[in-house]
Amino acid sequence: MVATIIAMVLIVAGVFFLTVSSLGLLRLPDFYARTHAVGKSETLGSILVLSGLAVYNGWELNTVKIVFILLFVLIANPTATHAIARAALRTGLQPWTLQQGTKKKKD
Amino acid sequence: MSSFLLVVTVFIAVLTAVSMYRVAVGKTIFDRIIAAGLVGTNGFIILVMIGFLFERISMFIDIAIAYALLNFVIIIVLGKYFDRGGERL
Repeated sequence: MVATIIAMVLIVAGVFFLTVSSLGLLRLPDFYARTHAVGKSETLGSILVLSGLAVYNGWELNTVKIVFILLFVLIANPTATHAIARAALRTGLQPWTLQQGTKKKKD
Repeated sequence: MSSFLLVVTVFIAVLTAVSMYRVAVGKTIFDRIIAAGLVGTNGFIILVMIGFLFERISMFIDIAIAYALLNFVIIIVLGKYFDRGGERL
């Protein structure tokens, strides 16, 4: 019973961070700002939801597999976002500035 | 707990569907790539939750591991390709 309540709290917190991540991906003005939403909020939301499911499952083999996915997401998701951001910077995508934002309509 | 997991799964599915807007519209190719990565991450979270809902977790967790590994490999390969100045789409 206590484990179920802890799992529900962790899953609700993770869903909050996933919501923040999707809103940031839709609303932020620039590619580099969107990497901020995907690289950090998405990773935190994923590991909170997966740790909530691991607490709910109890001590089994499947819990070890869920913890393996959790550790893999914790390493892989920021690495992938960093690789894409480095590729964008090297191919010459300019960051968004305030002058461009006031001149053009932002998207 | 089962109905709670069902509500959470549907909510994450709605978030994933809303994020597909950035895959379809996104101004540069890099926007599309990171949005596709977010859709893949949400996808295997939904897959683990479907395993809990159907009580077939030992099967669905292996599929989720495969999806996580493939998602990472796809994004790293696309990053390498566009890092060397691939064709701008």
